[in-house]
Amino acid sequence: MASVTLTINGKKVTVPRGTTVLDAAAQAGIFIPTFCHDPEIPRFGACRICVVEIPGMRNLPASCVTEATEGMVVETESPAVVEARSTILELLLANHPMDCLTCEKNGDCRLQDYCFRYGVKGSGFEGRQHSYPLDDSNPYIVRDLNKCILCGRCVRTCAQVEGRAVIDFAYRGFDTKIAPPMDTPLGESDCVYCGRCLAVCPVGALTYKRMAGKGRSWEYDKKPVTCTFCDSGCQFNLNVKDGKIVGVTAASPGPGRPLCLKGRLGLELLYCDDPQAPELKKDGEFVKVSWADALGLEGVLDKMKKLEGK
Amino acid sequence: MKNLMDKCCDKCKHTPASPCKDYIKCRKEGPICHQDEACKQKRAEILADINLPAGSPKRQVLICAGTGCTSSGSGKLVNKLEEELAANGLTDKVAVKITGCHGFCEQGPLMIIEPLKTFYTQVQEEDVAEIVAKDLVGSEIVERLLYKDPNTGEPAKTYENVPFYALQKRLVLHNCGHINAEEISDYIANDGYAGFVRALFELTPDQVVEEVKTSGLRGRGGGGFPTGMKWGFVRQAQGDKKYVVCNADEGDPGAFMDRSVLEGDPHAVLEGMMTCGYAVGADEGYIYVRAEYPLAIERLKIAIAQAEEYGVLGDNILNTGFNFHLKIKAGAGAFVCGEETALLTSIEGNRGMPRVRPPFPANSGLWGKPTCLNNVETFANVPQILRNGGTWYASMGTEKSKGTKIFALTGKVNNTGLVEVPMGISMRDILFAIGGGIPGGKKFKAVQIGGPSGGCLPDELLDLPVDYDSLTSAGAMMGSGGLVVMDETTCMVDIARYFLTFTQSESCGKCTPCREGTTRMLEILTRICAGEGKMEDIDSLERLARVVKNTALCGLGQTCPNPILSTLRYFKDEYIAHIQDKKCPAGACAALLTYVIDPEKCKGCGKCLKNCPAEAITGEKKLPHVIDPAKCIKCGSCVGGCKFEAIIRA
Amino acid sequence: MTCKCGHVDESTKQEALQAAISKYMAVKGGLIPLLQEAQDIYGYLPKEVMQQISGGMGIPFSKTFGVVTFYSQFHLKPRGRNIIRVCQGTACHVRGASKVFDGVSKKLGVAKNGTTEDLRYTLETVACLGACGLAPVMMVNDNTHGKLTPDKAVATIEKYE
Repeated sequence: MASVTLTINGKKVTVPRGTTVLDAAAQAGIFIPTFCHDPEIPRFGACRICVVEIPGMRNLPASCVTEATEGMVVETESPAVVEARSTILELLLANHPMDCLTCEKNGDCRLQDYCFRYGVKGSGFEGRQHSYPLDDSNPYIVRDLNKCILCGRCVRTCAQVEGRAVIDFAYRGFDTKIAPPMDTPLGESDCVYCGRCLAVCPVGALTYKRMAGKGRSWEYDKKPVTCTFCDSGCQFNLNVKDGKIVGVTAASPGPGRPLCLKGRLGLELLYCDDPQAPELKKDGEFVKVSWADALGLEGVLDKMKKLEGK
Repeated sequence: MKNLMDKCCDKCKHTPASPCKDYIKCRKEGPICHQDEACKQKRAEILADINLPAGSPKRQVLICAGTGCTSSGSGKLVNKLEEELAANGLTDKVAVKITGCHGFCEQGPLMIIEPLKTFYTQVQEEDVAEIVAKDLVGSEIVERLLYKDPNTGEPAKTYENVPFYALQKRLVLHNCGHINAEEISDYIANDGYAGFVRALFELTPDQVVEEVKTSGLRGRGGGGFPTGMKWGFVRQAQGDKKYVVCNADEGDPGAFMDRSVLEGDPHAVLEGMMTCGYAVGADEGYIYVRAEYPLAIERLKIAIAQAEEYGVLGDNILNTGFNFHLKIKAGAGAFVCGEETALLTSIEGNRGMPRVRPPFPANSGLWGKPTCLNNVETFANVPQILRNGGTWYASMGTEKSKGTKIFALTGKVNNTGLVEVPMGISMRDILFAIGGGIPGGKKFKAVQIGGPSGGCLPDELLDLPVDYDSLTSAGAMMGSGGLVVMDETTCMVDIARYFLTFTQSESCGKCTPCREGTTRMLEILTRICAGEGKMEDIDSLERLARVVKNTALCGLGQTCPNPILSTLRYFKDEYIAHIQDKKCPAGACAALLTYVIDPEKCKGCGKCLKNCPAEAITGEKKLPHVIDPAKCIKCGSCVGGCKFEAIIRA
Repeated sequence: MTCKCGHVDESTKQEALQAAISKYMAVKGGLIPLLQEAQDIYGYLPKEVMQQISGGMGIPFSKTFGVVTFYSQFHLKPRGRNIIRVCQGTACHVRGASKVFDGVSKKLGVAKNGTTEDLRYTLETVACLGACGLAPVMMVNDNTHGKLTPDKAVATIEKYE
């Protein structure tokens, strides 16, 4: 395969033709921040936090969608780039609740990390802020759209599973938000609570309800585990705190890995030290159900009882 | 044979299914396949009815039915005229033709009487009888309806004598206002499709691309990318299927040239697209028109239907094996769809959010196929380039900007309307010689060019030649060609705020800098206009403008700070006056106005007291009144009513 | 198919919708023109109509909703018989469009995008109608009215029943 050599921050790096500047930088060990970039579903180019300076190019191109070319010179932390990133962060903060102290994602939030990196303490801009009601309309996922930075990764990962696409961008401009059809709470939609969207959300807009208040992100030791309920082989993490398994979270939403609710609940039952009772939607309302019901095992268990009992 | 498009006799075998290669040429010069004086005669007669030759005893009345004249009431004129003609037995001798926009919207409804080109302005229903009686029955011009020079009062008998037209070079607008836009025969009688025929029979696709390159034509939609080069890219792009797309999503506030071309000469756009299809190897085209242009959509539908009916458009066009099909897509109300990738995404049935480039549409456009996308005016230039040659076209304009450009002249200018001028003309000539200057003896302040993506030019830059590169270097841009004139009563901070209101509400919301940045820039501008600005706001505005320009995803986002940057560049003092002195020098920002009654002039009549909706004015009868600034809501109701000019607004 | 009178019964509308869906089912990029036709039939886009369209086109409902809410032409609520759109273009702005809007708004007692209770009028603004020579301008249904003053605008809308 043909390759190209470029210079990033004075460092020469050779990559296969077609590689993005972002990936080339990663190969050279140079970090470029990203929000909307998803290696599984690339080329969205919306958040613009990954802009870099390339002499000869108009403006500051987004490194996630710019192809590395022979002889290209890239600066990833030039004054113009730093100004742009800081300003974008300030713009995001201007419309973001500053409740990091109680946020479930504290310590595991890209917005927080990048503000730290660029010394952005807050936003100098005053004005309109969203005040969407908190969506905790279902037992599994809490959506706080005030924290959403509209990177769209949840939308794209949801659409990757055939027949899902439960959420999409809705409305326009400053009023853009991620919404299920008719902008209902998630609990009233066809969402199956697989948690793919939670696995990719870079901020605190999507969090696990069943993990709420149980620990800080840095207290958890994440132990990977493969679900064996079906042959998809989905990856989950066991979240271990003080030696106890507190909850199960979806790990990586790869293609062909649907990450279903049933799998996650099954793993919770199997591994959690103190599993919470599952809930399912019956006649439009969420009700507590037996584990057998939640895992679809009632029929099997009945049959087993009959066969083994007599 | 009733229509120019019809066969002259049974010897003509042309049908769309079995087309004759000479069909179009034959309509004007025919018959070609046989010699028959009677046939030739009949064709000549029909042609003479379409374009009355000088000295013809027949008369033709052209009534402008562009959007401007229609809303001034030109529709009623048609019925009335037909009634009057019938009553005077003139129906056979005088033809009535409904045309597209003639350009001088300010003076509409417009009526032209051919062959003398008598030019009547502001014609009302009640004027029709007089026009028929004097001009059409007799040969006496109705002088009171002629355009009169506002300075000399001199009437202009023909439109060619009106300064508004005299200094223009109407190339693309040649047919607008002269032909019936709903008749393909009118277009063909005026050399329509001759350029396409030349391309098809005399040139290879590569030669067509070369011809357009030679012409130097650049995209008229804003960016000014060389059209021939773009066609070349699409021609070279690999693909089993290619598309031609016409961007008719003209959304800049203050721009209406594309609308006028579509309404007045739709076939020129069709011909340009078909020629492009032949050149790049595409067999399908889309025209994306904004839904707010119902008349343009209607005219396009008629034009496409007629072109298909006669085999000008469709399969095996003129028996060459070249196929081309056209579809109209009506927009659904989103300014951002004027951005090329958003437009394509919208045609595909999605939210019109721009995509990242590269890949450029030339390589991967509509449904991932190579796509040639140009705007209305660009395509409308193509027929003439093919007809007269690229060298001819390149003889007009400046070194790097060839041909002509249509501008929509609006705002504080005497002659609003549509003007087409050669590239390189000075802005001063457009505004003062053609536009007739500023009304009401006010002083010129600036002209905004290029809409929300453009900038403003102050008086000292008016002698700049109008071409792509000069405008860009002055911080403005050609844009699609809206020219909004501003006088001393226009506040430049308010204008920047106005444009940001527009871009903020039309931002698609995909990328962070545009979605959040336009909101914050607008908020800062709004605060400054309300007298709540701080000096640091200017730095914040400059930084935001710079970052949004540098980092936004699409062209619209990258250019939306231009109105701020250019007003800051040329009118920073106005910003400072708003912030430091809490004054709006133009007297436009209501919150910064103060109303004071001059006790010397006030006669104590009490009128202002009655007019004031806020009960802010007090005073005894026949004694000077006083305005309480705390209660005053600055509506200005008091000023208009004061006979003694005692109320000062400052 | 521009029924805005409200007297067409449901089954006729349903038939028209089904016909439109069949027409666009196999058309590439057919979603937006189909939504436009559906809105012509119903006057707005009710949830059930969007659901049927999504089903017919094989497009996720979330996407259809996303498309509908992106474009200002589509409406999720019923609208008035007469649509008034006051132009906010640059030329209109400098010639007093906001006063015209306020005049009409006051007369009808509705704000921007509001519909009068009797469903007679819906008041909207529009970016630019491209009739700048006649500024300030408004459009009532498909008719453009120019050179307006607030009083003239109010008098004009009264002609629309």
